[in-house]
Amino acid sequence: MKIGENDWNLEPFGKHLWRGRMETGQLLALARAVKEAGGQLVALWGSDDRHLGDGFGIHGAFLTGSGLAWVSSALPVEAPAYPDLAHIFPQVDRMQRATFDLLGIRASDAVDDRKWLRHTAWAENEFPLRKDFSPLSTLGSPLPEADAYPFLRVDGDGVHEIPVGPIHAGTIEPGHFRFSIIGDRILKLEERLGYTHKGTEKRFEGLDLATGAKLAGRVSGDAHTAFSWAYCMAAESACACRVPDRAAWLRALFLEIERVANHLGDLGYLGNDVALAFGFMQFWRLKEDWLRLSARLFGHRYLFDCIVPGGVATDIDNAGRAELRALGERIAGEVRELKHIYDEHTGLQDRFAHTGIVKPELAARLGLTGLAGRASSQAWDARVQFPCAPYDQLDVAMAVQKSGDVLARAEVRFAEVFESLRLIGQLLARLPDGELRAPCVPAGTPCEGLGWIEGWRGPTIVALRIAADGTLDRVHPHDPSWQNWPLLEVGVLGNIVPDFPLINKSFNLSYSGVDL
Amino acid sequence: MATHLILQKMFRTGFVSEPAPAADLALRTREQHIHADLLGIFGQAVAIRHVDAGSCNGCELEIHALGGAHYNIEGLGVKFVASPRHADLLLVTGPVSRHLEVALKRTYEATPEPKWVVAIGDCGCTGGMFGESYASCGRVANVIPVDVEVPGCPPTPLALLEGILAAVSAGVKTPAAS
Repeated sequence: MKIGENDWNLEPFGKHLWRGRMETGQLLALARAVKEAGGQLVALWGSDDRHLGDGFGIHGAFLTGSGLAWVSSALPVEAPAYPDLAHIFPQVDRMQRATFDLLGIRASDAVDDRKWLRHTAWAENEFPLRKDFSPLSTLGSPLPEADAYPFLRVDGDGVHEIPVGPIHAGTIEPGHFRFSIIGDRILKLEERLGYTHKGTEKRFEGLDLATGAKLAGRVSGDAHTAFSWAYCMAAESACACRVPDRAAWLRALFLEIERVANHLGDLGYLGNDVALAFGFMQFWRLKEDWLRLSARLFGHRYLFDCIVPGGVATDIDNAGRAELRALGERIAGEVRELKHIYDEHTGLQDRFAHTGIVKPELAARLGLTGLAGRASSQAWDARVQFPCAPYDQLDVAMAVQKSGDVLARAEVRFAEVFESLRLIGQLLARLPDGELRAPCVPAGTPCEGLGWIEGWRGPTIVALRIAADGTLDRVHPHDPSWQNWPLLEVGVLGNIVPDFPLINKSFNLSYSGVDL
Repeated sequence: MATHLILQKMFRTGFVSEPAPAADLALRTREQHIHADLLGIFGQAVAIRHVDAGSCNGCELEIHALGGAHYNIEGLGVKFVASPRHADLLLVTGPVSRHLEVALKRTYEATPEPKWVVAIGDCGCTGGMFGESYASCGRVANVIPVDVEVPGCPPTPLALLEGILAAVSAGVKTPAAS
């Protein structure tokens, strides 16, 4: 595979996927080449490979013009380290810090080496994802003394701080925001996450494939389908399992249903956050109709556990297809009316426009991704450029905006609701006959796979390794919020504090998905 | 002008909490039952503080859904508040991460008596798939006293309402031993 001038000796590893192993020095060179070619680093994680006769491993997933390159480097048992990549891809900063907290693998010469996921549940010299760390080892023992997190302080005349969270005033996930403000203007925002860290990655260890699929779907519940599909795609790749056509089409149907549900909810809340309760009530009425139909057709309002290794666990009959198509058409019509109202509402437009701006150049430099990225001219959508089945037969239209403000992120959601509803019509009309599930059986030797799905929030990746006994050895689920959280810190600069909830909602990032 | 479009849309939408299809009819009966019961017991609003103590955010989706027009919870006398000091009832999702153990205890202590705790979701009730580990305290009851547990992954909005009712029907509880 060529990136820039060089051939990087990466082997094809499934559709639009490439796989390679290299020395850490080469990893650094590859990162530079990807950056120069306009690509991104979308995920970085580590592994303990000592039980396989190696040391540790560091893994990166690079987005390039030819697809996703999954690259690994072996690290020594003693003092495992790799060169800092955050000076090339700033978005990887927290991923590097989390990798140290969980595995003791250090990014050499990194500017920011503060802890990230570690608060008080384990000590500085303990590493939960090492195989010799028992998941129960610190259970019931007193919490180690909290070593305070070193926030970056802003000093100056009239500057003061507002600490918010971890428990927030609304129904949202827990995290801490430290605002430095002057008057009502935000001079700096620093996020402190990791509160919902519940040992998800450790929990995967030793599970069978089917149970792992359920856990993957609960990495971030609102992106259940994206994670469970990415996980199953990884497992199927590891087990050389071919998913029946009908199952692949049903998975895409579920993914688009999930996208519509989340976008409807967000469009309602965006209205609510500018005091247009009407918008909330209308969009959530539509969302509720949508969820109830999912429950009736597929047995679950959020389609939990509908995707299983090898295929899907539920089908749709002709009556169901007609019903879903009809509701999709009604919702498309109503959303058109509501969009007209949002467009015409001067108060709403005034609050949305020029609020929480992330300019395209900055978005590219810092790796903004997914729907927020597309609102800042980052025209990446795996369904369009690197489609897996059945998207390769659907001709998906990408929604892109360039103003990078709350309005742009709302516009991308509107466009994606319409496009997803159109796709749902196509998926229902052309749904192939056939089996729902194929056997997905581990090979009996250690094997690995990677799944990559464009979820509603953005590119959702799951990489996994299956042990010789068929259980899960290492699973890393990657939520696009990893890249986007730091951009929220940038997007709020110069805005007033009361606009923070609106800006935050316009990104709608996952806490659980990155706290793991 | 947006105003006449909004009014038109509201007029055309009408009241969605009215029974239309058969399945919704059953739901509406239940809502009215809860409504009457709440008024009978409490005679005033029940103020709820939601606490995400480590959930995957699935349960939060259904708490949000409760705020929609179909469920009309404010019409039922149930209101979500921004501070535990204003709350009668804590609606807690789990599993309780060890990183939120202290925050959850403090939230509980900040809630005035009499107070109720409703743990929701399979994780809040049992620890769910995450169980107990170096990072997870498991079920909510492992950390603070719990009055009602509403299982489900996630529990439906209707199940949440039933759980809230079950809590306030238990009457005034003696202060927690802690």
